[in-house]
Amino acid sequence: MGEVKLLGTHSSFPCARIVWALKLKGIPYEFIKEDLLNKSSLLLEMNPVYKKVPVLLHDSKPVVESLIIIEYIDETWKTNPLLPQDPYDRAMARFWAKFVDEKVVLSAWEAMRSQGEEKAINSAQEALGFLENLIKGKKFFGGEKIGYLDLVVGWIALWLKAMEEVGGMMLLDSLKFPSLNEWTQNFIQVPAIHESLPPKEDVVNYFQFGLDYLRSLAAK
Amino acid sequence: MTEVKLFGSWYSPFSRRVEMALKLKGVEYEYIDEDLSNKSPLLLKYNPIHKKVPVLLHNGKPIAESSVIIEYIDETWEGPSILPKDPYERAMARFWVKFLDEKCSVAMWKAFAIPGEEGEKAKEEAAELLKFLEEEIKGKKFFGGENVGLVDISANFIGYWFGILQEIVGLELLTKEKYPNLCKWIDGYINDNFVKDNLPAKDKMNEVFKALAQPGFSGYKPKV
Repeated sequence: MGEVKLLGTHSSFPCARIVWALKLKGIPYEFIKEDLLNKSSLLLEMNPVYKKVPVLLHDSKPVVESLIIIEYIDETWKTNPLLPQDPYDRAMARFWAKFVDEKVVLSAWEAMRSQGEEKAINSAQEALGFLENLIKGKKFFGGEKIGYLDLVVGWIALWLKAMEEVGGMMLLDSLKFPSLNEWTQNFIQVPAIHESLPPKEDVVNYFQFGLDYLRSLAAK
Repeated sequence: MTEVKLFGSWYSPFSRRVEMALKLKGVEYEYIDEDLSNKSPLLLKYNPIHKKVPVLLHNGKPIAESSVIIEYIDETWEGPSILPKDPYERAMARFWVKFLDEKCSVAMWKAFAIPGEEGEKAKEEAAELLKFLEEEIKGKKFFGGENVGLVDISANFIGYWFGILQEIVGLELLTKEKYPNLCKWIDGYINDNFVKDNLPAKDKMNEVFKALAQPGFSGYKPKV
């Protein structure tokens, strides 16, 4: 059903979300690896506003921003629906997805950047606490099968651990977040996820590089 | 009988967007105006995480975040479509809404509110970002085409609120000279029979924005 290409990098979790969505739906695609320090003219042409990955190209038409791309994929290829069917459940999934990207990701990043400063840790753990409550008693955020929100939260299964290493701090400890930890195990065992997780070391290097780069900019 | 309630604020563009969506679908609802400096226990109960307006209550079930609410409204009630039907056009509409709220409005608000070098930088950034909108609206009556759609509803800050802010501080960022197509859209927008009923009165907005400059006013502020 058309030609699909994904511009991205293997260490970026927004890109990973798209890989997972495509694999879960069995959609063949070509992965075009971007060098974020030397962005291709294709990337800049296809995403002039944000100049970021991931960019999905479907018959050469670009879709950007990972949450928007996932919904586009879900609406275009109907097998294995990712979002719930019921409008209220869909609204909840979208609400929590926004919360993840606006609160959880940013607070985890800050905890990493500040090398585990207490206020930053508390803020990140407070945000994670909402997800802990949400997943309690469920195998996946999507219910029995993984769905949209699992893909959105999926970064905590690997990228968060890498942030913990780079920041020399602990966020998702198993005593405070037993349900989220259990969900992480369920998540990474899904074949489509398991076969596409990058090596942790690559993600650690990716974050370390990003942090060093930001620090060098701030120093100037 | 289905019951629809909206917790909002008469001067919040996010709240007004949801009202526009409800009215487009002809949904009857009870409107509860919140005093944002003294939020009601019900608001805090229905939106404990963000504690903000707007919050829609449908048959006792709450939904927060204006973009999430609007999609819910579009999926739940019959009537004119708010989002396009085609998946690619839907993706584009969602993209523009995200751009408006996360980049464009933020830079424009900073250009208005922050003095000094940071404010100047924000002005430059906003000027660049507005060019994307200028390009997107070229040749179209509304972002949604012939009729007001998701992007038009979500661009109400740029369509109306920002013009008032510009006047108050004498900021010349969004001008006819620099953005002729966007300003043409604004004229059509604020004079549209449907839209203009959903815009708060200008003199009242002037009062709100002037009060914003006073210390201790904890009311309207976009996410910066």
